[in-house]
Amino acid sequence: MALLEVRNLRTTFKTEDGTVTAVNGLSFSLDAGQTLGIVGESGSGKSVTSLSIMRLIDRPGRIESGEIFFDGRDLLKLRDEEMRHVRGHRIAMIFQDPMTSLNPVLTIGEQIAEVVRLHLGRNRREARETAIEMLRKVRIPSPEKRVDDYPHQFSGGMRQRAMIAMALSCNPQLLIADEPTTALDVTIQAQVLELMNELQRETGAAIILITHDLGVVAETCKDVLVMYGGNMVEYGSAKQIFAEPRMPYTQGLLASLPRLDAPANARLTPIPGQPPNLHRMPPGCAFAPRCAYRIERCDQVVPVTDLGGGHLARCWRCTETLVMAGAAR
Amino acid sequence: MSEELLLEVADLKKYFPVNAGVLGRHVADVKAVDGVSFTVRKGETLGLVGESGSGKTTIGRLVLKLLPATAGTIRFEGRDISDISARQTRTLRRRMQIIFQDPYGSLNPRMTIGEIVSEPLAIHGIAKGKARMERTVELLRMVGLQSSHLNRYPNEFSGGQRQRVGIARALAVEPQFIVCDEPVSALDVSIQAQVLNLLEDLRERLGLTYLFISHDLSVVRHISTRVAVLYLGKIFEVADRAALYEHPLHPYTQALLAAIPVPNPEMQGAQKRVLLSGDVPTAMAPPSGCRFHPRCPFAFDRCSVEEPAMRDVGGGHMVACHAVENGTIR
Repeated sequence: MALLEVRNLRTTFKTEDGTVTAVNGLSFSLDAGQTLGIVGESGSGKSVTSLSIMRLIDRPGRIESGEIFFDGRDLLKLRDEEMRHVRGHRIAMIFQDPMTSLNPVLTIGEQIAEVVRLHLGRNRREARETAIEMLRKVRIPSPEKRVDDYPHQFSGGMRQRAMIAMALSCNPQLLIADEPTTALDVTIQAQVLELMNELQRETGAAIILITHDLGVVAETCKDVLVMYGGNMVEYGSAKQIFAEPRMPYTQGLLASLPRLDAPANARLTPIPGQPPNLHRMPPGCAFAPRCAYRIERCDQVVPVTDLGGGHLARCWRCTETLVMAGAAR
Repeated sequence: MSEELLLEVADLKKYFPVNAGVLGRHVADVKAVDGVSFTVRKGETLGLVGESGSGKTTIGRLVLKLLPATAGTIRFEGRDISDISARQTRTLRRRMQIIFQDPYGSLNPRMTIGEIVSEPLAIHGIAKGKARMERTVELLRMVGLQSSHLNRYPNEFSGGQRQRVGIARALAVEPQFIVCDEPVSALDVSIQAQVLNLLEDLRERLGLTYLFISHDLSVVRHISTRVAVLYLGKIFEVADRAALYEHPLHPYTQALLAAIPVPNPEMQGAQKRVLLSGDVPTAMAPPSGCRFHPRCPFAFDRCSVEEPAMRDVGGGHMVACHAVENGTIR
């Protein structure tokens, strides 16, 4: 049985200009120990998906429908206090900006210890020991001293590592990392990614890594889910997604990247047009208005096609796109 | 590309004073830019890369005279502009412009797109009435927008479109030289490529020269002819694009390049990682000698004592490193 199974998730937000559907019928599943990258641009619904799983959607947002099975139980049916126990203990989350998710008036140690005391029922002294041990694990130098520092005394990279320490302190089965390295410099990002990979091997926790950075996904995730306009448009192993992308949006994303392994003066191939406006979504495929392979049928609701080997694509023409993209190149 | 130098910067410094205590006494300086020299040739794009706190944005502002320098000289088109008056600075702005990172914060939300783009034409008295309107429409077309956008407001535009407006505004005065300060960092990947291609087309069509500031080495490699690598207010290495990316010499440049995640799952195993330990030190008290030595895998005793000077290792490839000088790195 899958550790996490999201079925038909629909999350909406009420705005002055009407209700927008940020996540529109998303389904996917995740096994224990799996690392899944969710890739998408702004407005694709990737962050709303993670907040929905954590049930952290507040008004004007609302989870309209769907089921989120975690370890056999539908999280959407849990009482608030049951959910509080799942959150932080069984499922932990780290965010892009550690400064806004750490409490500035509590020491780093107090914050980690609080989580441990709350979820694991440790006493003060044990909790402090755990905090020090966790900080050592994420390679904070002299953790027995730094445990008494306040967040502002940590650098950006150290704060993100402290967040990881806090997230992993209760041995969660699932860690959701939402753009964990986006605010960090590239040399620090490399350290944090390396650390996450290592801790994942050690603890066996499943990871959902949400990012806009395809390079980060390629380095850390075995499987990739590509989102566009509130839903999954392609799913597959990293190898399938990067080497044989079938959805024209995925192909477009890869072609538009300036990459170090391409000739330096090769001209970039941008995706024409603008990302979809959630207030005015097309009736069929959300990507159709920007797609070079658009046909009449694309204005109808698109089903998911199973391409074999676990590779899924939401595109009417996904069996031809590989050949067409090859010819265009 | 010509050999003519458009911009020459020599030993440029910018210290921001730090005051503390009830009397607000001057206790230290943040040495944001600490003795930087480089040149930009007419028609080229010099990429300026560095992590946060390296001083790259400050250099852009100093060159444009948006900030006064603490020391050093800036020559533009052969003329020393280090100490020119406010009036002369205004004239200078017709020759040099800037495109900002944040297309949300840099456009006045109460002005229409037409007003934003035509404002420089009015300020510099370049065109009036009907001619101004025509020129504004021409500028919008140049960046891929339409005349129907004239009366719209920035909030109706996406990030990529706003950045196009910022570019049109910068181009209004027909500058020679544009400082592009992280112009695509705030944009989605699929939109980044649109704006990068536009910047390249404009450079070719209008014969522009860019100083392209970015933290993204892949983007810099794509757009630059030459690249300078900054660390804590110092330039460590300058070279032609090919030399810098294929044969980086400075250990920091090497580490920086190795740290970039490559969007190719097949390449990960084969890749050799130079993982840098530690964090970037503060610019208030940079390390002694070479300011990279506490993080450098090649550091030896000389590095903590003596600051390495920039040396040409051939073909204009400049690098400041003792380990390169004594042949440990080649």
